[in-house]
Amino acid sequence: MSEYILEMKNIVKEFPGVKALNDVNFKVKKGEIHCLVGENGAGKSTLMKVLSGVHPFGTYTGDIIYNDEVQQYKTIADSEEKGIVIIYQELALIPELSLYENVYFGHEIMKGKNIDWNETIVQGSEMLKKVGLDVDPSMKVKNLGVGKQQLVEIAKALSKNVKVLILDEPTAALNEDDSQNLLNLIRELKNQGVTSIMISHKLREITAIADTITVLRDGATICSMDCHEHEVTEAEIIKHMVGREMDNIYPKREKKEYGDIALELKDWTVEDPAKGREILHHVNINVRKGEIVGLQGLMGAGRTELALSVFGNPSGYKLTGGDVYVDGKQCHFKNPKAAIKEGVAYVTEDRKGNGLILIQDIRYNTTIANLESLTEGLAINQNEEIKVANEYKDAINIKAPSIEQKLSNLSGGNQQKVQLAKWMFVKPKVLILDEPTRGIDVGAKFEIYTLMNKLVEQGMSIIMISSELPEVLGMSDRLYVMSEGRITGEFTAEEATEQKVMAMAVKS
Amino acid sequence: MEKKNEKKGLGSEVAQIMKSNIRDYMMYIALVVIMVFFTWKTSGGFMQARNIANLINQAGYVAILAIGMTLILILVHIDLSVGYVAGFCGAVAAILITKYHINQWIAILVVLVLGLCIGLYQGTLVTRVGVPAFVTTLAGMFIFRGLLNLTLQDTGTIIIPNEGFNALSNGFIPDLPFGNGSIHILTLLIGVVAVILMIYSQLKQRNNKVKYNFAVPSMPVFITKMVFISVIIMAIIWVLASYSGLPWTAVIVGVVLMVYNYMLNKTRLGRYIYGIGGNAQAAELSGINVKKVTLFAFCSMSTLAALAGVLYTSRLQSATPTAGLGFELDAIASSYIGGVAVSGGIGRVTNTIIGTLVIMSLTNGMNLMGVDISYQYVVKGIIFIIAVAFDVRTRGKSK
Repeated sequence: MSEYILEMKNIVKEFPGVKALNDVNFKVKKGEIHCLVGENGAGKSTLMKVLSGVHPFGTYTGDIIYNDEVQQYKTIADSEEKGIVIIYQELALIPELSLYENVYFGHEIMKGKNIDWNETIVQGSEMLKKVGLDVDPSMKVKNLGVGKQQLVEIAKALSKNVKVLILDEPTAALNEDDSQNLLNLIRELKNQGVTSIMISHKLREITAIADTITVLRDGATICSMDCHEHEVTEAEIIKHMVGREMDNIYPKREKKEYGDIALELKDWTVEDPAKGREILHHVNINVRKGEIVGLQGLMGAGRTELALSVFGNPSGYKLTGGDVYVDGKQCHFKNPKAAIKEGVAYVTEDRKGNGLILIQDIRYNTTIANLESLTEGLAINQNEEIKVANEYKDAINIKAPSIEQKLSNLSGGNQQKVQLAKWMFVKPKVLILDEPTRGIDVGAKFEIYTLMNKLVEQGMSIIMISSELPEVLGMSDRLYVMSEGRITGEFTAEEATEQKVMAMAVKS
Repeated sequence: MEKKNEKKGLGSEVAQIMKSNIRDYMMYIALVVIMVFFTWKTSGGFMQARNIANLINQAGYVAILAIGMTLILILVHIDLSVGYVAGFCGAVAAILITKYHINQWIAILVVLVLGLCIGLYQGTLVTRVGVPAFVTTLAGMFIFRGLLNLTLQDTGTIIIPNEGFNALSNGFIPDLPFGNGSIHILTLLIGVVAVILMIYSQLKQRNNKVKYNFAVPSMPVFITKMVFISVIIMAIIWVLASYSGLPWTAVIVGVVLMVYNYMLNKTRLGRYIYGIGGNAQAAELSGINVKKVTLFAFCSMSTLAALAGVLYTSRLQSATPTAGLGFELDAIASSYIGGVAVSGGIGRVTNTIIGTLVIMSLTNGMNLMGVDISYQYVVKGIIFIIAVAFDVRTRGKSK
């Protein structure tokens, strides 16, 4: 028997238009804690989904070898049967059920054709004790904090007789104490012989806990470092995470002239009532006319929440403090409409979810945010509307047979251009772009960058939220780094390096 | 989507159009099949002038409800209370006219305002309080059924001896003074004007599309379509004109239909309704006041329900405690048969009217055949389910 409990060999996984995993090799030793790191989009989650059967056998190429046998998982149930259990960042517990019911949810203990509740309670309590949860097993999951819910998930994994436990950013939503608890538990499980694979962005945790660290970048394995051979430093990990060449894919801007401050946030503090805690802490940022300001941070740093809370707060956060100024004037936006009226526009990161109306056509989506300007009396001037939609389609090169094309038939890049057309037609002063190039091909990216340059040259201000480091560095005149709801750094384009920015982004 | 018409065969173009619009054409095919079937089964009785006029009067209140319901369903809500709101409002109108001797037009106006208030109440619950529309209007179903019974508790069924009021759903438009009696000139005139207006607007739309290089059906296909629709309209008009003329109900439904069609297609409000139905979150982030638009839809629905109540009461010439039973099913079925997407965001009031004709032709035809009401419910339920299942399947494929 080899020393590796699990080997993934030459894994290639393609999505339409994207090669998410390109010849990845990943080896895990029996009984170790193996950390998997990489930027957003590096392929970590995809790799774990391949392993657990979410992407079933046949949709990828390459081999999964587990306990010296080649595996062909068709569903999650197949991999769980072999003892490979994955715990997602979004917990999969049923809030209204009790702890022991949750532990055995999906693999109930049966007596004949009925659930054996007595046995469930006895064994459930035991599992909960194993993870150090000293609470009444009959209480409902919703009454536990996130940290303890995470423990229930692990108890659930233990009840499935777990051999390899996969944790996807387990501490992302936890505070310091809960995180420490969880890490201790993972060490404890290691002593009991459980192998753990942990995806995390928090480098401090990783260096503290990992036996081996594997770095993924752009869908490929960059290196695998044994922490017992030499001490791996955070700087070393960062170097491997970002160490790609900066291609010449960012168009240069001809003139750079900055005007007055267009948008300023002072001491902006926001609480999420759903989570019951503060998610943004005293944020101070500003953007000048003619400037592209980058807002970098890893997923979960609070960037989208920041943008939404400023843009009329449609998610219903509690704005506990701070002020917004547009052109020096203090503003209170009670809904997105009010924000648009004052010249603030927000292009969402989730164009399918809350950006575009996919069952409608290009014309409809181009004008929907500014129909006021096309209305004469009661009716919309449809000739004028067609003219406008055609102008934007040509100006930013939306590739479609006509403006009557339904958006569901367009590629991601062209959908993104329609989003930009829609907000350009509003003619805002400040344009907030949230992950403007996510999921689109390189050619369309270049076009969008060029367009951004053109807009700021005309005096617009752009705040670009992005987790892609090269993009932020390549496009921004100035950039802020966010981590856990705080601004942890501010750099000018000249000062910023990938290492410096990444160090701030993983600071906690 | 068809390519711009290059030189390709007429046959293949028709096949292409049939294929990409199968959902819309099914509705017309169903209507024709139902009409032919009943004409055959009743030895021509179904297509007689008197029955056509009767059918229109019967369908009037359902059509009004279905137009309002179309908006609600596009927004992915539902209103189950419309039947008893209609019944209740009709009863209030009857009481106002018979007991308090209020002028019938003022009584109608009062009842429409009452409907608006009901809409405000239900819409506020849905948008501001956040009670799901299904629950709010299910409760409304109980509340207004109770109120209807309370209103008529002392009197039982009220007979309305008011000719003006009863004419709304039984009367016909007057003829021009120089009419010769055997044929209704004004009706013919309205028919001709309607056909001309329709052809003019369709032609204008087509030319506009050609101007912007959009895909249009080829000229022969376009002409065939125009001729087909014109012939159907004129045939119905001719049948009506040779009887007593156009029923008032048709005029009322026509006006409501035109207003709503204009609103949905030409105004911002209409755009917003489709937008919210298509993706409410995206609409909100585009600066649309989702709550306000939704509230409007509920107000419009209940006001139209009040109007439907007036028409129904006028039709029976009396207010009864059972008025409103099952109206919501007819209205919802009309909308879905007329092509409103179950997932929201898609639908046209003009097609909803065709859906109403399908449902009401079924009712009318089965009545003529003397089919027991219990069987009628079963048949209507089955047709409804088939229509929705067909909708779900065809839309699923086109994606």
